[in-house]
Amino acid sequence: MNAFFDTLVSRQDMIQDAFIEHIYLSFVAVAIGIAIALPTGVMIARYRRFAEPIIGITAIFQTIPSLALFGFLVPVLGIGSPTALIALIIYALLPILRNTYAGIVGVDGSTIEAGRGMGMTRTQILRQIELPLALPFIMAGIRTATVLTVGIATLATFVGAGGLGDIIYRGLQSYNNSLVLAGALPVALLAIGFDLILKWIEKRATPKGLKT
Amino acid sequence: MIRFDKVTKRYPDGTEALKDVTVDLPARQLTAIIGPSGCGKTTLMKMVNKLENPTAGAIYIDDEPITGMDEVKLRRSIGYVIQRIGLFPHMTIADNVSLVPKLLNWPADKTDARSKELLQLVGLDPAVFMDRYPLELSGGQQQRVGVVRALAGDPNIVLMDEPFSALDPISREQLQDELRHLQQEIHKTIIFVTHDMDEALKIADTIIVMKDGQVEQVGTPQQLIDEPANEFVRNFIGTERINQKRSFGDRRLKEFAFFFDEDWAGEAERADAKLSVSDAYQLLEQSGKPRLAVVDEGTLVGFAGERELLKAALHVEKEATA
Repeated sequence: MNAFFDTLVSRQDMIQDAFIEHIYLSFVAVAIGIAIALPTGVMIARYRRFAEPIIGITAIFQTIPSLALFGFLVPVLGIGSPTALIALIIYALLPILRNTYAGIVGVDGSTIEAGRGMGMTRTQILRQIELPLALPFIMAGIRTATVLTVGIATLATFVGAGGLGDIIYRGLQSYNNSLVLAGALPVALLAIGFDLILKWIEKRATPKGLKT
Repeated sequence: MIRFDKVTKRYPDGTEALKDVTVDLPARQLTAIIGPSGCGKTTLMKMVNKLENPTAGAIYIDDEPITGMDEVKLRRSIGYVIQRIGLFPHMTIADNVSLVPKLLNWPADKTDARSKELLQLVGLDPAVFMDRYPLELSGGQQQRVGVVRALAGDPNIVLMDEPFSALDPISREQLQDELRHLQQEIHKTIIFVTHDMDEALKIADTIIVMKDGQVEQVGTPQQLIDEPANEFVRNFIGTERINQKRSFGDRRLKEFAFFFDEDWAGEAERADAKLSVSDAYQLLEQSGKPRLAVVDEGTLVGFAGERELLKAALHVEKEATA
């Protein structure tokens, strides 16, 4: 235990840098993942015949083992953080996409028809009815994606993108368990932290009328 | 007035929801469209606000064809009450009610005043209900809000798609009464789709009976009861219901053929079986003969005298109290 704290103190700067790098990688990947998956989810909810194939493609990506995906990307994109980001984005897509789609499709058809019958345009129905009612689902998808990304981002070290994986990898190579722990523990804390924050946001995002 | 002119709705798979329907719906009245499920009643109603479009034919509102009208604008000018909930669960009652006025860009104070006025009209205290959410209300209260929401934009036409069918019998009766009273104040052109004949007879000024995409009969509740156009309408209204709503004297002679004598050697006055019982009785009295020879389309049904009519009357009375 003492050895662990010694490591924490002596490698403080390194751990801190890796921690920030890790957050950066996860955060940017999830942000870009949302930017892609959310509109796509809305689109496939509107044009349902595309839903199956598009969700299918993202699901196939999801089945590729993460280490293998990083490996595939290196010959194409080289090493560095863009490669890591792209891999992480690919993993973040499915949960957000699927939940956005399911959330919107799950809105009661009669509610939407009421909106149409009252003279709301498609955009108004999307913004004022579908998205608010689907928001809890969408937030749950983002939460899943975030926790997943924080975990997988530890592999970014293999494409030279840094992050807390660096510390773990270094610890493994030098048979230094304290160093492995000094990398792994912040990853776990980060995942739990993000999860808690997003859970709180998810709760707040649930429309008030649905909580009763 | 809303006019359907030779309206046909054919789906890609070939099924015809409406077959060459021509019918007028009078302005400022409550018209009920009734029929068994799949008869096209909802399709017909949804064509008024272009939620469905005809394959052939045209629909006119006050002599203007709606084909060319912008559907969003048209819908904002027509109230719409949907089956089941239909309220937006994530919006307060105030937000739900003020939706159409907001779409129409009414000033906030006008919208607010209108919402409060309407809620009061259906017996919901604005101070209590404005900030509540739909799921906090009972089914009956929710559907009252649904009606209020449809009226908020001050439309001339209101479409109601089986609005009370999901309610318990007591709330349903209440809302039917309330709608009746409300209509006496607001005089909108209301189109009310239902499959419940009691409901239609109770609230409608005009009833359109439909079957298999065609109109079987159009008439006031009284007309439907007195003269069902055909077997289908008669059965759909229900013989029992027809008999209940008609006095003995208004019923036709031929309904009581069962009580008539088959043979009669004496004098008899010829009487058409379609005569009402009171007319027949008058005829019997005037003729001074002891019996009527009841004839239905050329064939003799039987002989009826005072005794036979009395038996029939007693039977009807027993039926009514049973």
